[in-house]
Amino acid sequence: MIDADIIVGLEVHCQLDTKSKLFCGCSTDYRNDGPNTHVCPVCLGLPGTMPALNKRAIEYAMKVAKAFNCTITAESEFSRKNYFYPDLDKAYQITQYDKPLADGGYVEIEGDDGKERKIQLTRIHVEEDPGRLVHMGNAERGRYSLVDYNRAGIPLIEIVSEPEMRSPKEARKFLNKLRATLEYLGVFDSEKEGSLRVDANISLRGSERVEIKNITSYKGVEKALTFEVTRQKNLIRRGLKVERETRHFLEARGITQSARSKELENDYRYFPEPDLRPLRVQSWIKDISLPELPDARRERFVQQYGCSLNHARTLTGELKMANFLEAVVAGENGGLCDLAATWIADTLAGELNYRSMNIDALSPKNFAGLLHLLKAGTITDKSAVEVLRVMLDERMKGEPVETPDAVVARLNLAKTTGDDSALLAAVNAVIAENTKAVEDYRAGKNGALNFLVGQTMKKTRGRADPGELNRMMVEALKKAEQ
Amino acid sequence: MAEHTISFNPDDRYNAFLKVCEKPSFGEGKLAGTAIAVKDNISTQGIETTCASKILKGYVPPYDAHAVALIKNAGAAIAGKTNMDEFGMGSTTENSAFGPTLNPCDVSRVPGGSSGGSAAAVAGGMVRMALGTDTGGSIRCPAAFCGIVGLKPTYGRVSRYGLIAYANSLETIGPMAKTVSDVSLLMSVIAGHDRKDTTSYDKPYNHTPSADIKGLRIGIPEEYFGKGVDPEVAASVRRAISRLEELGAVTVPCSTPSMEYALAAYYVICTSEASSNLARFDGVRYGLVADSKKSWHAAYQEIRKQGFGPEVRRRIMLGTFALSSGYYGKYYAKAQVARENVRKDFARLFYEVDVLCGPTMPTIAFKLGEKSDPLSMYLSDILTVPVNLAGIPAISVPCGRVQGMPVGLQVMGRPFEDERVIDVAYAYEQAVKP
Repeated sequence: MIDADIIVGLEVHCQLDTKSKLFCGCSTDYRNDGPNTHVCPVCLGLPGTMPALNKRAIEYAMKVAKAFNCTITAESEFSRKNYFYPDLDKAYQITQYDKPLADGGYVEIEGDDGKERKIQLTRIHVEEDPGRLVHMGNAERGRYSLVDYNRAGIPLIEIVSEPEMRSPKEARKFLNKLRATLEYLGVFDSEKEGSLRVDANISLRGSERVEIKNITSYKGVEKALTFEVTRQKNLIRRGLKVERETRHFLEARGITQSARSKELENDYRYFPEPDLRPLRVQSWIKDISLPELPDARRERFVQQYGCSLNHARTLTGELKMANFLEAVVAGENGGLCDLAATWIADTLAGELNYRSMNIDALSPKNFAGLLHLLKAGTITDKSAVEVLRVMLDERMKGEPVETPDAVVARLNLAKTTGDDSALLAAVNAVIAENTKAVEDYRAGKNGALNFLVGQTMKKTRGRADPGELNRMMVEALKKAEQ
Repeated sequence: MAEHTISFNPDDRYNAFLKVCEKPSFGEGKLAGTAIAVKDNISTQGIETTCASKILKGYVPPYDAHAVALIKNAGAAIAGKTNMDEFGMGSTTENSAFGPTLNPCDVSRVPGGSSGGSAAAVAGGMVRMALGTDTGGSIRCPAAFCGIVGLKPTYGRVSRYGLIAYANSLETIGPMAKTVSDVSLLMSVIAGHDRKDTTSYDKPYNHTPSADIKGLRIGIPEEYFGKGVDPEVAASVRRAISRLEELGAVTVPCSTPSMEYALAAYYVICTSEASSNLARFDGVRYGLVADSKKSWHAAYQEIRKQGFGPEVRRRIMLGTFALSSGYYGKYYAKAQVARENVRKDFARLFYEVDVLCGPTMPTIAFKLGEKSDPLSMYLSDILTVPVNLAGIPAISVPCGRVQGMPVGLQVMGRPFEDERVIDVAYAYEQAVKP
């Protein structure tokens, strides 16, 4: 079965990065504080309290709707979604049901065939986050659970796509694009734990649809979908049917598991929230302005900095990385552009990813300094990577971060030039220590020279320029023969 | 605020109070030193607030309802919390988990409800004023039955913030007192916009009642004098209307055909909203606590079974059913259509007349235990619920007696013309003043 037969749709819940909650004045900055410290009578759902809508949250949601070319509805409405659960203090969630804030629109992604594809959106609506349960031990067997309402009332938008993605990878790209756009809009902080939750629908053409609930990471979406594709294909291969069902993704084990059928029997009894008036936003639309969005910035990077399309895509795919590039090349009259794009998109991104660090770990000034050393030929590519690693490791350990110049000086990484006696000494030492290789070289064996050069590189810890070293080695071998 | 205290030790023979504050403090202002009773579904900071339900026993709100904060700021002393039908569900104050309130005019009769405690506290002379709430007549009915004045303000004119919701789209807080002037005074304190209740309007009430009603056009809807209305009560109200004509008002016979469906629509809407509003009472955060090691779902069932009385359970089940998938269109959506028809009916009538007059209740106060069948109790709300469906203001003012029991004249007005219904009630009150 080929990938074109996979059909994926996503429902993405994102926390809007407002200062206060959706229906009260409580701060949303709860992550470093104790449980139930960012609460008030309203978000605790105390009897008699009423929601008062946070206009900023609606403006944020409208920005998102506008960025994805949705139609913002003239009159939308909040509804109650009724169900019992201890993390839901009012026993209903205030959400939008049959009159969402925005309809339609699309997200543009690079499809698996390399072409730009528009993934249509069904709707975008605004709702409140429930609280959170903390199970003592295990949810099933633990003696009790605790409940924390700090999260209750955090504004969420739910973005629902049409089932138009054709692979787990496209789903991942859709999410990346979504995240980048929301970050560019300044309405979302992807680094906050739990700021994104995804429900995914997946089916193989001709088979039933399976819903995977509550995936909490970007990587998790691709993993869960990939697992499902394999599972469903195996079922079909064995002549079995795919059941229409809801499954949970177990992130730690990388598998999906059937949800107990009881969890599906909720009748949410939606009805319009009588404590809020209908939401009429038509007059605000003209005041909603958009910043430069990822696609436009990507084009600009290609134009302005001469980046390759791929590098531009990587760099603009994350707001901070794109900002970092611009900070590094600022005031350089374009001198560092080539180098900066390559080194940020390839090397730095990899080193950061390896350490699970984000780009804030490094100052653009230090990075620019490093590129200058590289460009001036003071250090080799290999040394540059080493300097970068030293700086990142220092930051990770909480030590003061040295400038690239200081690292180069301390570790003596400056590229050794031909008349450098230390390098010459190293070359001669390698010749003296490796008589067998020297004989092989003289016998005309391929690879012997490379071995000797490699040994010298090792001794000088990469600070010699490989071409230069090669020349010196040949010369020294010649001299030794005489 | 200067702090003084009063002593409040009422002889509560009628079980009007669930909680008495013996030494309430008060400050300066329009209501300085006035003892005011507050219905127990209105949140009072530091004072237990139960809605006359076991499920909220022990719940002490950490905040004041907006209306309570306003009367405190105006210098009032909170005298205590008054009895009511549990969560406002009833017309007799018999559905209280803490025993019925008796009617001060005849202790073998109910005071009406659901604000029966507030009405009895005023009628029994224990307080000068009280706050009640009106979802389908809960201020006007006990005012009529106990012979006092009660105003159901325009929806949105008084903040609902802190009123423990039973049916949000219908209910409002309102003033109760022996005289129209006192009702007007209390209204002037509690009305106005509140940013915590975004359904409230910026329409403050600064009015001194005027008895001049010359040329006022009064509509007399035939349905208010039709089937089910006690002829003696109807006659008493007609006499009151004649008095208004003598004062210069003009009466116009009219009809509100939408009333046929008003009661059904009302009970679908109020039970639907109640089923959602009352779902939060689960014993997790406040009130009654489940003494069990059961799973959360089983514990919820246990606490809700123990905590809610039969009428509340009945209405939650009705509302849950009405909102269920597959039935929503048949009940809730239809009820909204009927509600819109009621609204249109009133709008049409108010194009021709300034106010509508009729009886508040179809009968005098029931005997205790008389309305043991829920349906016959629901039917007694027929003359009060249309006002709540339309969100318009209405007042009940005493107009004579039948079998020694008070009768209420109901005056209904255009939205935000609370002043006008106050004036009509005042004109009548002044005209019949002994």
